[in-house]
Amino acid sequence: MPDVQSTVLEFVNKLRKRKIEGSQATAKCTVELLRSVISQQRVPHSNQASALIDAVKAVGEQLVAANPVELAVGNVVRRVLHIIREEDLSLATAAMAGLDLLDASDDDGEDDNCKGVGYSAMSAAVAAAAARSTLRPPSLQTLLEGTPESAAVPYTSSSGADSESKTADKSSITRKLKHDVIEGVNHLILEISGCHEQIAEQAIEHIHQNEVILTLGSSRTVLEFLCAAKEKKRAFRVFVAEGAPRYQGHLLAKELVARGLQTTVITDSAVFAMISRVNMVIIGAHAVMANGGVIGPVGVNMAALAAKKHAVPFVVLAGSHKLCPLYPHNPEVLLNELRSPSELLDFGEFSDCLDFGAGSGSPLLQVVNPTFDYVPPSLVSLFITDTGGHNPSYMYRLIADYYSADDLVM
Amino acid sequence: MESRRNPRAVVDPKVRQVGFFTSSQPDSTHQPDPIASESHPVASSISPSGNSLSPVMIPPPRHNSSDTFPLRAAAAAASAVSPSSFSYSTRRDFPDGSMTASPGRVSRASFSKPSSSLPGVGMDSMAAAKSSSVPASGLTTVSVVNMPPGLSEKESDQKKNSKPLKEKTTKAERRALQEAQRAAKAAAKAEGGKAPLVSSGSVASTNVKAAKPAKPSSQKNDVAVAAPGPSEKKGGQTEKDRKKDAPHPRMQYDDESRVVKAKRRAVVKQTEAKNRVELFRHLPQYEHGTQLPDLETKFFQLDPMHPAVYKVGLQYLSGDISGGNARCIAMLQAFQEVVKDYSTPSEKTLNRDMTAKISSYVSFLIECRPLSVSMGNAIRFVKNRIAKLPITLSESEAKAALQSDIERFINEKIIMADTVIVKHAVTKIRDGDVLLTYGSPTAVEMVLLHAHELKKKFRVLVVDSRPKLEGQLLLRRLIKRGINCTYTHINAVSYIMHEVTKVFLGASSVLSNGTVYSRVGTACVAMVASAFRVPVLVCCEAYKFHERVQLDSICSNELGDPNAISKVHGREDINYLDGLTNNANLQFLNLMYDATPSDYISMIITDYGMVPPTSVPVIVREYQKEHSLV
Repeated sequence: MPDVQSTVLEFVNKLRKRKIEGSQATAKCTVELLRSVISQQRVPHSNQASALIDAVKAVGEQLVAANPVELAVGNVVRRVLHIIREEDLSLATAAMAGLDLLDASDDDGEDDNCKGVGYSAMSAAVAAAAARSTLRPPSLQTLLEGTPESAAVPYTSSSGADSESKTADKSSITRKLKHDVIEGVNHLILEISGCHEQIAEQAIEHIHQNEVILTLGSSRTVLEFLCAAKEKKRAFRVFVAEGAPRYQGHLLAKELVARGLQTTVITDSAVFAMISRVNMVIIGAHAVMANGGVIGPVGVNMAALAAKKHAVPFVVLAGSHKLCPLYPHNPEVLLNELRSPSELLDFGEFSDCLDFGAGSGSPLLQVVNPTFDYVPPSLVSLFITDTGGHNPSYMYRLIADYYSADDLVM
Repeated sequence: MESRRNPRAVVDPKVRQVGFFTSSQPDSTHQPDPIASESHPVASSISPSGNSLSPVMIPPPRHNSSDTFPLRAAAAAASAVSPSSFSYSTRRDFPDGSMTASPGRVSRASFSKPSSSLPGVGMDSMAAAKSSSVPASGLTTVSVVNMPPGLSEKESDQKKNSKPLKEKTTKAERRALQEAQRAAKAAAKAEGGKAPLVSSGSVASTNVKAAKPAKPSSQKNDVAVAAPGPSEKKGGQTEKDRKKDAPHPRMQYDDESRVVKAKRRAVVKQTEAKNRVELFRHLPQYEHGTQLPDLETKFFQLDPMHPAVYKVGLQYLSGDISGGNARCIAMLQAFQEVVKDYSTPSEKTLNRDMTAKISSYVSFLIECRPLSVSMGNAIRFVKNRIAKLPITLSESEAKAALQSDIERFINEKIIMADTVIVKHAVTKIRDGDVLLTYGSPTAVEMVLLHAHELKKKFRVLVVDSRPKLEGQLLLRRLIKRGINCTYTHINAVSYIMHEVTKVFLGASSVLSNGTVYSRVGTACVAMVASAFRVPVLVCCEAYKFHERVQLDSICSNELGDPNAISKVHGREDINYLDGLTNNANLQFLNLMYDATPSDYISMIITDYGMVPPTSVPVIVREYQKEHSLV
């Protein structure tokens, strides 16, 4: 337990000092940390799920507070919570199935939405109710079945199922839940580390021969995406905006060139000039909000506007860990981060006017150096996630699949 | 004459059609129907509006565009007198006081001239004005373009009369005359016979006294306007004219034969960059820095080059002088030096030799760095002045005149223009404004400083971009004056745009479709501003306007040093691309300019006032020619 606490603190510090960058790296670290938290967490006999949830939430709050702008942390914490809830639920239904096995099941067909075979009507009703509460996609069956049944069945919430489950078979379930949860978290880790390949597989459907593609910022997803198309013998050229003042475009260009792609580095100011010859803009998102808005590297909004003006498709690549269930409010300011002015101005030259201490208090010169940019959903043509391509207007639904409604506010 | 004019009846409709596109006058003047011809007062009352340079002219309903009987044509000519004389009277205020009158203006404003140039009538009315030849010379072009053969012949006859008056000639005039000759020839051909007489006549009249401003341009306009009209008979000729009048296509550097030719002439031996962007093959891209030491050593060997020009060229090359105004002024001052040190070689005339010299200097400057539009316009002006120097002037007089002309251009078109722009623009700044500017536009800087002097309270956001980082220089200067500034880079422009109330931008040039051609990034800023509903004001002197049009930033642009992109100045930690600069897969594109579509621009502030971008062609038409001849 203490060693978990110390790793948590260490990670929190890293986040606070922005030592970890890139949503994928952060997400991965977060999941691994949470996994160890779960495995170290001692589970009481009663109410294990809520104990786990509390533990994860406590750690998650610390992590989110450490870097509220890095939405991937919050996303991953929510995902883990969701996993716990789901596993708990499925165990509960399994237990129910075990309990009620004696009852002859009169309708066997209605069990696709939960795993397991041949549940009774009762357990199906529990599952349906739970499904609704966790915002799973409503199948026709749950829609038809759920409403009348839930009125008849007294327990409709997962907690009800919870209490039911622990009465069933304590000893076996105790270990099973934790095991299942860790299994689920491992799946999540695999998913996060494999999202590049998943997304890159779709590249061939979007990039055509002889196309010109504009990108900006340095995103591993974009890199893999482009390289996947290149491997399929598509010849195209890539314009990379350099992305001052961090010059991540240089980094991307270097890797693209190393992989043998025709790459042209342009200044950020030339984005508008070049966009008329570009067939597609592909960027990697920092985060995708529930309304379909995108938070990306600074300068993205400009590119999106230019693409809109010239009717160039603006494609956003995002792994599922970047899908954030929150709706943005004033994202340009609230979900942004200002970096050091030293990236823009030489302190030596302008030190006299940047000094807050001297003179009347407010300096003559201020320097603004934001990290992120917000692109409203209306400017985005397509999202490509590891589950396929989606419209901005569909993002809220996609996001609902990954998170349970109880966790949205942490 | 009447007999000659007969065939014109067929062509006449064309004339009116031309008029129809520009002003009300041609209709009223050429109107062969008696009503129009009888109502002189009416015609003259119309003409002022035609001459008033009002930017918007609504074509009058045209009655009867067909037919002309010789008699009626004569009547029409008579009717034309009043408007034309009117316009002359309005123009009396020209410096030399003579009737020199600006045919350019006239022609631009109205098409009354052809008729006014009809010998008998036109002259009578302006008997007082002694230079009977003026209208003729001024109008030849117009007549050529628009007028049926009969008329132009007449004019050339008239020109013959004016032969004795040969004094001042201008290039413009000569060009006009050439045009006339050509037209006359065509006309003669059409009519059969006649040609020798005509051509000789027109040649003789070469030296007709001096219509001042803007003939070639007016001519251009006329032709341009004339072009759309269906020209059956002279189709070929107008075609030719039209070709000549459209701005020359620029040198395309993907045209190998021309590049080879250009190279042979070149003074500066530029090594071409190896790794070039496919899309920009049509633009020159050279290895920067390599030729500078080489040129410096050649400094004393290049005798054809004037040292002042040479110096300016080197400064362009090294980037010491940049910015449209600064470059233009530097060039003009170098030309002043050139003029001062000039002496006409024996067996050559000053006009021709000096023009050739200037041309060679200009091509040298182009080798150093492609011309900006402002420089192109200034060069056009200088050449015009040289061509128009009266032969009678002694060399020293001519030189003095030229120098003062150049001085005047600098003062009026650049320095004065800027003060006028400042005066206009300052009215748009209110207390509490947050103004955004991009790069380091000189005009905008002056506006800001002036507004600050007026004790207006505002804040300036300076947006900058790599690789030039000109914004830092502006920032430094603004801070020195105590203006509250915020500095950021272009990527952050949509972050910062929320707080902006107005965007002030500079321009390298404003093209006649309203496109603003400016430092790369300007389009981005304007686009974001218009997306945030922030007004965009562009400050640009009118001498930078150009009749060329452009839709994107790719067809014509300038490529900067690609290495400036790979190396990040002052940030040694950014070295990802070191050692990759010669990789065949990696190119660097350092665009210098971009084209801002006119729909992003709320207003263009020029020395002629504040106009919407849609009015740019009007300014180009109405003023540019005039100013290029001052």
